[in-house]
Amino acid sequence: MSSKKESTARTLLVALTVSLVASVFVAGSAVALKPVQVENRLLDKQRSILAIAGLGDDLSSAQVKELFNSRIKAHVIDLKTGEYNTSLDPVTFDPLKASKDPKQSAALAGAEDLALIKRREQFTTVYMVEQDGKMESLILPIRGYGLWSTLHGFLAIKPDFNTVVGLGFYQHAETPGLGGEVDNPKWKSLWPGKTLFDDAGKPIVKIVKGGVDPASPDAGHQVDALAGATLTSNGVDRLLQFWLGEQGFGPFLAKLRQQGA
Amino acid sequence: MAQQPTVKEVLFNPVFNNNPIALQILGICSALAVTSNLKTALVMAIALTLVTAFSNLFISLIRAQIPGSIRMIVQMVIIASLVIVVDQLLRAFAFSLAKQLSVFVGLIITNCIVMGRAEAFAMQNPPMLSFWDGIGNGLGYSAMLVALGIVRELFGAGKLLGIEILPLIKDGGWYLPNGLLLLPPSAFFLIGLFIWGLRTWKKTQVEPATFRMAPQVSNKEAY
Repeated sequence: MSSKKESTARTLLVALTVSLVASVFVAGSAVALKPVQVENRLLDKQRSILAIAGLGDDLSSAQVKELFNSRIKAHVIDLKTGEYNTSLDPVTFDPLKASKDPKQSAALAGAEDLALIKRREQFTTVYMVEQDGKMESLILPIRGYGLWSTLHGFLAIKPDFNTVVGLGFYQHAETPGLGGEVDNPKWKSLWPGKTLFDDAGKPIVKIVKGGVDPASPDAGHQVDALAGATLTSNGVDRLLQFWLGEQGFGPFLAKLRQQGA
Repeated sequence: MAQQPTVKEVLFNPVFNNNPIALQILGICSALAVTSNLKTALVMAIALTLVTAFSNLFISLIRAQIPGSIRMIVQMVIIASLVIVVDQLLRAFAFSLAKQLSVFVGLIITNCIVMGRAEAFAMQNPPMLSFWDGIGNGLGYSAMLVALGIVRELFGAGKLLGIEILPLIKDGGWYLPNGLLLLPPSAFFLIGLFIWGLRTWKKTQVEPATFRMAPQVSNKEAY
């Protein structure tokens, strides 16, 4: 080996050149492929909304688009007042982005922040499954911290605003095989039919360890915890408490109940 | 310097004679994780083959320029960039598969096969030969992954590529699937069995014992 090749200046030069070329390469591919990836993520989200609403699994991209456009209506709502917001376009409005923008979100203090999400957006998008102008189910976006990651998902409820139609997460990074079992169809099938609120309108749905006793009067709003994934189960439990409570969709659901009554 | 190997040798030797998983015992982690069904195993095999081939190619192209003191880092930068590109491509064109493979595509960076071939082969050999060596080792890895994927999916879920082959009892068929095969540890047993089979077939792969038990010479028990 020549000493010239091993000199400090030469080493720095090679390091710099390789890094530069590699970063251009990586950045180029990331930028070029971004539009396709964004499209994919949107499609994935719509697909999971359809699956949670019970409108079908394993749909093709075209089917997803068609079903979503024909059956599902998105609304932007104000979480604090529970009113619809008509000035924001539900197609382009991104609640997750808003939750990071100080102007469109509020920091949550320790005790309020059950879901450990730090900031909550002022507006969010909810979805309604409609048939002939009548609402069949309401789909609420939920998220919260599990063990390793924020779980992003949807909760679908019936027009009585109390009974679960489905629950599912479309994005998370929990331990595969343990916390990752939130995706397990068997566990997800435990949710439909459970009730979320008590008579006073307080969220009482709970994830319990050691199995739900079907004879117990509380069985209607209890769900088995995931085996070996206490922290993920707690996370799901807490995020439901949060999003169903006053800080979450409480005001919105109260408005809807009034209108319905 | 030994005589340069031919393209045919670098391409096909790693499949049976010098299999990265079965003989070099590299890349076991991902072989356990992604082989519970054939589809993810195939995608992972293709991804790793491409990364190994191109990292070998690029590293070999600049091998005369890389200073010895930072050669590992330079190799890592090239490998990491390629892995990111592969990951981005998967996310763009095979989104649901990318979700299933999750961290394992990213972990190709730390896959010993890629780094091993870069350091052991590409640093000393010309670019095209290195490229074929990368493809060859990728093929060796792929052969093992596909074999694992077939056994695990077929006997663990009664399917291949999601198409039902053995009708399951719970769907009204006759086959009771072996759930263990869907769990990562089963791949350990299978890899062990494959290695046994391979070494029975090709005796040269049997390693000499590293030590031999001495006979007990005293009549006392060893304490």
